[in-house]
Amino acid sequence: MLTKKVKNRILFLIFIFLFSVISVFFIIKSLNENVLYFSSPSEIKQREDIPFGRPMRVGGMVKKGSITISQKNIQFIVTDFENEILISYAGTVPSLFAEEKGVVAEGKLNDKNFFIADRILAKHDENYMPPEIKEIIEKNAK
Amino acid sequence: MLSSIGISLVVLVLILSFLIIYTASLDLKTPEQIIKKNIYKLSLFQTTFTILSFFTLIIGFINSDFSLINVYENSHTNKPFFYKIAGTWGNHEGSLLLWINILVIFSYLFLVFSHVHGKKFRLYTLIFQNILILGFLFFLLLNSNPFNTIYPIPLEGLGLNPILQDPALAIHPPLLYVGFVGCSIYFSAAMASLLSGYSGKPFAKSIKTWVKISWCFQTLGIIVGSIWAYYELGWGGFWFWDPVENASLLPWFAITALMHSLIVLEKRNTLYSWVIILCLSTFILSVTGTFLVRSGILNSVHTFASDPSRGIYILLFLSFMIFSALIIFFLKHKKENYNFNLKSREIFILANNWFMVFFLVTVLIGMLYPIFLDVLTNAKISVGPPFFNIVIIPLVIPVMLLMAIGPKFGWIKSQNKILYKILFLILSAVMINLFIIYFFGKYSVLSNLIFIAAIFLILYSLLDFKKFINKKNKTELPRIISHLGFGLLVFFIGINHQFSLEEDFNLKIGEIKETKNYKINFEDMEIKESKNFKSVIGNFKLTNLENNFIQYLNPEIRIYSNPETLTYEAAIKTKITSDLYLTMSNVSRSDYYNIKFQNKPFMIWIWISALMIALGGFVRLILKNNEN
Repeated sequence: MLTKKVKNRILFLIFIFLFSVISVFFIIKSLNENVLYFSSPSEIKQREDIPFGRPMRVGGMVKKGSITISQKNIQFIVTDFENEILISYAGTVPSLFAEEKGVVAEGKLNDKNFFIADRILAKHDENYMPPEIKEIIEKNAK
Repeated sequence: MLSSIGISLVVLVLILSFLIIYTASLDLKTPEQIIKKNIYKLSLFQTTFTILSFFTLIIGFINSDFSLINVYENSHTNKPFFYKIAGTWGNHEGSLLLWINILVIFSYLFLVFSHVHGKKFRLYTLIFQNILILGFLFFLLLNSNPFNTIYPIPLEGLGLNPILQDPALAIHPPLLYVGFVGCSIYFSAAMASLLSGYSGKPFAKSIKTWVKISWCFQTLGIIVGSIWAYYELGWGGFWFWDPVENASLLPWFAITALMHSLIVLEKRNTLYSWVIILCLSTFILSVTGTFLVRSGILNSVHTFASDPSRGIYILLFLSFMIFSALIIFFLKHKKENYNFNLKSREIFILANNWFMVFFLVTVLIGMLYPIFLDVLTNAKISVGPPFFNIVIIPLVIPVMLLMAIGPKFGWIKSQNKILYKILFLILSAVMINLFIIYFFGKYSVLSNLIFIAAIFLILYSLLDFKKFINKKNKTELPRIISHLGFGLLVFFIGINHQFSLEEDFNLKIGEIKETKNYKINFEDMEIKESKNFKSVIGNFKLTNLENNFIQYLNPEIRIYSNPETLTYEAAIKTKITSDLYLTMSNVSRSDYYNIKFQNKPFMIWIWISALMIALGGFVRLILKNNEN
């Protein structure tokens, strides 16, 4: 026979366990709904299942001589030296944004050649290169 | 010259660490009740030498001694004097030396100020603290030595990243370091407590002040970092759920939980094991955060140049810390009986701890998930603000409600009849919320609930404050200030989030842009030379279309020569009711300037309420000192 105290304790443990499982389930669920996938221009070209209209990140190098500016927005081409994609952005660019420098843009894919960015990610250090871009450049430089 | 002085001093500290561990373990076996005088002396010498080594590095920076690689890489002769000094901890190696300084200073202070506590407990604490010191000293000497030399000696340095040349960022690292590294002392104390059996109330008393000190400094450090991000990074926000920001939040959640459950241990002599777990995890999380940030594993917008080789060492040391902490904990911890009444203050503190741990786990999962996914599937992802907002923000509502009611309950069992008061205050909060909607505009259901909960907490805290003025019960005051600060913070962030206006557009000189409420006239530009940068200053005339009030804003583009970088300085006009925020940038020297204009209500109040949270902690420290 279980005493009342032990019973209480078991109930309490089951309760805690269920509670944590449910919490973790919800955390993971909203995590899956809210992650941003990072793709290079080549990956966007090659992959069939690229989601349009869902926020994502694109990165690479800003192509030389590709920046055009109008009153409404900035357009530039991002390249990974194999494929490229046109990015349109209305907003302030970070101070280290320049031609032939690495860039990461966050936004939505319009079609496979055109990306509308909501944000250009700022890096604080001119020597710093996001690992994703470093990998792309190293791969394609070979 | 400076290099050899610096290295000798660091090696001396290292030897003293060994000596302290050795003499302390000998002293453990003696029957006397007091610690030998020579241990105090050794510890004092150790503190003096570490401080001297740090000053040696500062002198290197002040004199621009480029024979030191560290100075060469992070300084420049024409950098302003203040930033030469701040440059000492504005880089990895120098900040590691600061880290060790704080470890050593805290070790000495704990030894001196803990004399009322058990001898074995104090000696074990000293031993563990010195093991930590040794770990970081070896890391400094083997991997990140700030005193490494370069030959031939360069004539000029590379300069400090201009974005770090800012008063807020000069004080931000020392504040955070006192906060994060300060946790080390109760990590050591927790281990010592397990080994020496010095547990319960006296243990709680021995670490109480240290927990508060590091909590205050962590809070303050995080706030200063946010303020810096707000005016220096030029996007007008102050919190982005970026991995580096999250890394600073993890130990903060743990320490906030610890600070609360420590009260239970002190007053009710229960929850000992849980307090120990929190003590251990706070410092482990601090080191984990540092490890993730410094090794470059996490991709963050705040990442400065990083080096994976650092990561391996910190990871090894971290595993050693976690492993030994776990072993000692499972071997030594004692079974406890928990006996809580539902209507008691303990239950509310447990609820606080539950929420803090939940927040901690959420942020940790959000931080580590991209790393796991990268290793497992090679997919590159990042977890953005929406995830954290969805999981964390709704739970802030019950937290605020409990924060208001919890302190009203007594220990053990309470007969308080506060139901009517709660109902009345919730009703008032709903009314005030309706009032805001009526005058300023609608928002979502969730925002409604957040505003109601925040106003409820504010009203409750204000009533408590009124009671305090009548009764002058000093122990209540710090809690009231901090909880009120938190309510106000959530309230003002909510208002700010709901009613901010933001416009992005490109303008040429002389052009005019009309937004909904403002006419922005880009009149002209001027160029100004400063000591180590040249600035291009834009003159913007802002006309408020509602009342024709005219203001001038002058954002800058700064061109630093060493290293060659641009920074954008926002023009911010702060008023009691709102901030006007304007940044100007230029891409590829085109005629168009990229303008970001924002009107952000109650910005200054966000800072004031956040500072109130930290102020509560400092008030507690001062009151405690006066009592003694």
